[in-house]
Amino acid sequence: MLNQYLGVLILLVLATGTAVGMLTLTSLLGPKKSFPDKMEPFECGKKPIVSPRQRFSVKFYLTAVLFILFDIEAVFLYPWAILFKKLGWFGFVEMLLFIVVLGIGLVYVWKKGALKWE
Amino acid sequence: MEMIQTPEINLSAICHILTLCVTGLLILVLDLFINDQKLLPFKIDKKLLPYVALGGVILAGISSMNDFGPAVYAFNNTIAADNFAAFFNVIFCIGTALTIMISINYMEQEDLNHSEYYALLLFATAGMMLMALAASLITVFLGLELMSISLYILAGFNRAKVESTESALKYFLLGAFATGFLLYGMALIYGATGSTNLKEIAAAIKGDTLNSATLLYLGTGLMVIGLGFKVASVPFHMWTPDVYEGAPTAITAFMSVGPKAAGFAAFFRVFLVGLGGITDHWVSLIWVIAALTMTVGNLTALAQTNIKRMLAYSSISHAGYVLVALVAANEIGSTAVLYYMLAYAFMNIGAFTVVIVLGKKGEENLNLEDYSGLASRHPLLGFTMAVFMFSLAGIPPLAGFFGKFYIFSAAIKAGYVGLAVIGLLNSVVAVFYYLRITVLIYIKDPVREFPPLSISPFTLAALVIAVIGTIQLGIFPSWILEIAQSSSLF
Repeated sequence: MLNQYLGVLILLVLATGTAVGMLTLTSLLGPKKSFPDKMEPFECGKKPIVSPRQRFSVKFYLTAVLFILFDIEAVFLYPWAILFKKLGWFGFVEMLLFIVVLGIGLVYVWKKGALKWE
Repeated sequence: MEMIQTPEINLSAICHILTLCVTGLLILVLDLFINDQKLLPFKIDKKLLPYVALGGVILAGISSMNDFGPAVYAFNNTIAADNFAAFFNVIFCIGTALTIMISINYMEQEDLNHSEYYALLLFATAGMMLMALAASLITVFLGLELMSISLYILAGFNRAKVESTESALKYFLLGAFATGFLLYGMALIYGATGSTNLKEIAAAIKGDTLNSATLLYLGTGLMVIGLGFKVASVPFHMWTPDVYEGAPTAITAFMSVGPKAAGFAAFFRVFLVGLGGITDHWVSLIWVIAALTMTVGNLTALAQTNIKRMLAYSSISHAGYVLVALVAANEIGSTAVLYYMLAYAFMNIGAFTVVIVLGKKGEENLNLEDYSGLASRHPLLGFTMAVFMFSLAGIPPLAGFFGKFYIFSAAIKAGYVGLAVIGLLNSVVAVFYYLRITVLIYIKDPVREFPPLSISPFTLAALVIAVIGTIQLGIFPSWILEIAQSSSLF
């Protein structure tokens, strides 16, 4: 029974081997000449003007989290759209309820000002 | 075109959950428009929202009481609305209603009067109900997550306070980890039996159609860890004292009753209904955990000087007593748990209410010494605290005594005399730290000034209900025991 998984095992070994091998070989064989310009963080070929280690405003995270939330909910709409006719009225009503709850979430976020940048 | 067959939908089986969810959403929406009154057709005051929440919980409680009767299976057998669930749902509603009543004044006093608090309480209660109604591992998980995520937020509700934030973060990180264990266990059990439905799991075990017995045992072990965390049993209890201490006191009261009971409801359902066929394999594990939980909880509680931490360890030890009933795995055990959790809801929320009443903003008076001489200044409040302490210690004729009595007799009937003896010895240890508070209240002289009490009507009502519940259940236990007996899983 396990024989059918042999291909997967070979793929796993080959993929890991290639990745690890390439990294090891470059670090062993590649020339190592370091000079100040090379050690700088890359920023479009220009010299960086500020330190890249800056703190980001928490607003970015909030926006990202809200985006993910609604994005994932929206994914559920695709299978529903495809099966819309097969699901009939039952599917329609259920999805309507789902969207209403989602809408309440959106209204909540909106009124609480989480979508305002300032 | 072939229509997709939908499973049978029976919304009346979960109407209490729907009530809670709709009320929660309603509170969220009403709160949004409070500052924008012109958008609403009617005027509403922010102060009214807690009462909306209370109304929702009471409605849900009434509809839970209607659930007593023949069991209803709904949603493709993932929901089992039987007496067992109905009894637990009533306990949850009592716990949440009392919590809302003591919160109204407390949250205002702490400047935390946000409506999300009440909405989250309702969502957490909906999650707990789902756990009690679960007839499938998926439903257990769904309810557990709904409850836990709400609780993580509630624990950190006092976000200006470092302790509260810390408690939320600790609870969240450890809780997420425990959920991982639980889910892994469920996956393995599904792999072993080919079903997530508890009855089908039981049938697979009984009919010996397992794919792999090893996977089943592994899954069982992992589920013990996951659920053991939620009910705060040793050695998965480390989060309890810190979380209980840091969370707002009303939430501590809530957490120590509802979610714990919900954890036990799921524990009993999964282990007695689903895994009842392999009792021999998990019973010794639970035996050890129960003995450890009682002993560690009680011994550590002895050394506490902070009342919230002491009650946290006491709640750990009570989880141990309830696990004894799970070990017994018989009808008396299942009955005793229902009775015990109801009694525990009254006495524990009552004790926390006294803690809340004696605190002021920024000065919570959480040291045990702060209770010295309480009876000489406020005799009635001192008396109520003494009632709760005596009941928690298990002294007749109060509710706590009968709860322990039934649990230990269940253990003895099932032949676990050793465990019952450990439990009894632990009760003796517990008497010491509960009575210490009573002694402080009645015998010691006050070490501080007691300001005149200002108890709001709802807090007072909650206190009165808790006292009456504790005494009533102790003096007339038979009628509630009869209901509990008809609600047992056996």
